[in-house]
Amino acid sequence: MSVRSLAERRYLPVLAIVVLIATAPLFFHSLFYYRIGALVFIFALAVVGLNLLMGFAGQVSLGHAGFLGIGAYAVAIGPTFFGLPPWASLIIGGVLSGVVAFAVGRPILQLRGHYLAVATLGFGVLISIVLTNEAEWTGGPDGMNVPHLVLFGWTVRGADVWYWLTGATFIGGFVLAGNMVDSPTGRALQAIHDSEIAARILGVDVASKKLTIFIISAVYASVAGSYLALFNGLVTPEVAGFLRSIELVAMVVLGGMGSVVGALVGAAVLVVLPQALTVFHEYEQALLGLIIMVFMIFLRRGIVPSLAATLSGWRR
Amino acid sequence: MTAELLQFIFSGLTVGAVYALVGLGFTLIYNASDIINFAQGEFVMLGGMITVFLAAAGVPLPLAALLAIALTTTVGLALHRFAIEPARGASPVALIMITIGASIFLRGIAQIVFDKRFHSLPSLFGNEPVRFGGATILPQSLVVLASAGIIVLLLWLFIERTLLGKAVAATAANRLAARLIGMNTRRIVDFSFAVSALIGAIAGILITPITLTSYDAGTLLALKGFAAAMLGGMGSGPGAVVGGLVLGMLEALSAGYISSNYKDAVAFLVILVVLIFMPHGLFGRAKIERV
Amino acid sequence: MWTLRHLTVIAALALLGLPIASHQASAQIKIGSIVSSSGPASFLGDPEKKTLEIYVNEINAKGGVNGQKLQLVIYDDGGNANDARTLATRLLEEDKVVAVVGPSTTGSTLAIMPAFEDAHIPLISLAGAVQIIQPVRKWVFKTPATDTMACEKIFADLKHRNLTRIALISGTDAFGKSMSTECHKVAGGAGITVVLEETYGPRDSDMTPQLTKIRNTPGVQAVVNPGFGQGPAIVTRNYHQLGIKLPFYQSHGVCSKDFINLAGAAAEGVRLPCAALLIADKLPAKDPQKPVVVNYAHTYQQKTGQPVSTFGGHAYDGLMILVDAMTRAKSSEPAKVRDEIEKTKGFIGADGLVNMSPSDHLGLDLASAFYMLEIKNGDWTLVR
Repeated sequence: MSVRSLAERRYLPVLAIVVLIATAPLFFHSLFYYRIGALVFIFALAVVGLNLLMGFAGQVSLGHAGFLGIGAYAVAIGPTFFGLPPWASLIIGGVLSGVVAFAVGRPILQLRGHYLAVATLGFGVLISIVLTNEAEWTGGPDGMNVPHLVLFGWTVRGADVWYWLTGATFIGGFVLAGNMVDSPTGRALQAIHDSEIAARILGVDVASKKLTIFIISAVYASVAGSYLALFNGLVTPEVAGFLRSIELVAMVVLGGMGSVVGALVGAAVLVVLPQALTVFHEYEQALLGLIIMVFMIFLRRGIVPSLAATLSGWRR
Repeated sequence: MTAELLQFIFSGLTVGAVYALVGLGFTLIYNASDIINFAQGEFVMLGGMITVFLAAAGVPLPLAALLAIALTTTVGLALHRFAIEPARGASPVALIMITIGASIFLRGIAQIVFDKRFHSLPSLFGNEPVRFGGATILPQSLVVLASAGIIVLLLWLFIERTLLGKAVAATAANRLAARLIGMNTRRIVDFSFAVSALIGAIAGILITPITLTSYDAGTLLALKGFAAAMLGGMGSGPGAVVGGLVLGMLEALSAGYISSNYKDAVAFLVILVVLIFMPHGLFGRAKIERV
Repeated sequence: MWTLRHLTVIAALALLGLPIASHQASAQIKIGSIVSSSGPASFLGDPEKKTLEIYVNEINAKGGVNGQKLQLVIYDDGGNANDARTLATRLLEEDKVVAVVGPSTTGSTLAIMPAFEDAHIPLISLAGAVQIIQPVRKWVFKTPATDTMACEKIFADLKHRNLTRIALISGTDAFGKSMSTECHKVAGGAGITVVLEETYGPRDSDMTPQLTKIRNTPGVQAVVNPGFGQGPAIVTRNYHQLGIKLPFYQSHGVCSKDFINLAGAAAEGVRLPCAALLIADKLPAKDPQKPVVVNYAHTYQQKTGQPVSTFGGHAYDGLMILVDAMTRAKSSEPAKVRDEIEKTKGFIGADGLVNMSPSDHLGLDLASAFYMLEIKNGDWTLVR
């Protein structure tokens, strides 16, 4: 592979996204758009991680919002009960998610296909139940307040500031994921996705690679969850719920499994679409379901891979 | 056996029978096409809600029930023909996503066509509880239990003893081979979607007197039904029923003896543990994976 | 191919950016609303939405407010606090409304309150918990009676019947949990002891294990069920199925004919605190609330074909208090409207008699907020 094509593959997509993020605000009419943008980047960050697990390693997780919840509540519980600053709680949340992922992943990653799906589902439901019931620690179903994030003495508030912060973090996560995909670990993961048995025969340590990527995807989700809680100033147990997990999976699949750029597209579609559909009032839900179905039938590999394949077909 | 324990067991059977019926619907579609149909919960919801609304509009109850079953079966068929079949060849996750989209769509339509209140249906044999050993169980719970058993039996007879049943089994085992020997696999999968919807609708009508129904009743039912089917072993009809009953019992016994707050958590924890030691569920068969 | 991916992403995102059109400025008064018309709280949000739409139309048909028509911008938060926050930002920054009525749930209200404090726009919440108005926040008001008041009403009735040791069976949803917490807080002061508490999930279908534990606990004299939606109906049926004879109290979460229909014969003898709206036709003729609630109940039932619900009543009061405040202020300027809302005195609404003040942004008193009802022969009767 020549240096030039390596540069093209790795750095130009990043540059394109940086340009996109930097120029999009020119079209923003109000703070509302900044909020939407920040939410897109927050979910895209979680989706990048989940995509590594589902798209590259081929492991389904229907409970990933559980890690979102751990990160979100870490920045609520840390300052409230332990007096820790939010940025430290964010890091602790990430570490905690990693540890939980390690503990839970060891036993359940040996399951395959739908059984793994149900095990991860159970995990997500468990976290959600604990968050709802342990009201002394978590504030129960109505949730608890989260203080403002303070970085180097400067309080982060305002949708526009959050837009830039989450955008920058997303780019960081994006680059990291891209590097991982191109590394030997990434190639090992793709081998596992294609055929676990063949990969094992070739000497790939399947169990530890799967666990590694599970932990990494958990940390991505945790950071995203912390950001969400800090941005909203409030955290409620729905952040870890079953519907939230399904939403994350939908973002991965819609954007394109195995496409890191697809994470941004998938998140953008599912954050922006409900806002765009409010004009339809009563029909909002039905239309959302219809659009998801149509997207999956006609762009079945996800938006980014399908469109890319179509466009490259035209080129010829 | 103390009356208290017996009551917990009856509660577990009541709730478990509901999960068993929903889980059966998942099994049939999975067997014929390897798809997990997350819209299965909506089939159950439609069975109950359509019956309620037709009955409220003046249609005699038995006729309303039959119409509801017919309509829901049509919806199941339409789901396959217009949403799944065009995406034939897509990855399993994409297909699951389509069924998720379908469930959102059906829920969205339901909230427009019906309403957002809760509804019930009359029990088949009245509300007088059956007393046994100091505990009580509603007659409708026994009806649901019996139906689950009958449906499993009918399904088994169908698969083993009829030609169409054998065709369904063949399609499930190897779709390409089935087509090569001249089977119309599309019609067969059509059929399995229709029957799953039918079972779902019947389940909805029978459980509504116990669980009540509303336009969004499908979501939680699908989650529990799916968990029950996996616990029992995906692809096994009897497994789905046993899985459902076990799940119900776990919930009731946890509520009774451990903590009502955490009953769902205990149930899922047990499922996790079972799956770790029995990776194919209680009755599931290992799938042969080609390298 | 990187160029194609790059183009694809830009195209997809640009396409999505287009449909969010901003509303054009008009000579109408724009008021906003966030309700949970879908999701787990749709039982609350749906009557609220219908009520707001019916009455905005009626007000406009009579000429509007201060000579201007009202424009209602209403969004659905699906019971999700994060979505409520996004929609609040939308109403404040994009739609630029002058006031907001809603949301339906406490979680959503808590999530959006800071935005209204920052934006200096008045918010009239339709949610129950007491934290919304305690401590008082300058721009936040609410119309429903608090769950604390509901507990106080129930406990007063219990004391009257010489029952002091109770068991709670509550839903784990926000409503059930909030009311249960408040009941624990005021129990001691009211001379009531909570012997044990069981819980159930809001969509559970059988609560006999929890009720069996309660029945087998010695010393329990009465049972109270904080919860809303279908759960209480099932609890009531199970109560009857198990043959428990202890006095049974429901909460203000089920003040609707639907509860009696769903619980059937099991509802006989159940007592619960409800707003006057539910017994509109049975109120004594000289009750000042009677004309208001009878009118609202009949209008709602006639226009929607559904029985009236107290949740719709909260929305009615919220809208009317806002409109009254705008009329008195002779303006729709947010700061002036806020001041007038705070000065609301002698307002007779579906929820009761409202007298607000700078330290009380709810303004309801216990006497007019709740009536203790008992279900007899499938209908409501007034106890006290």
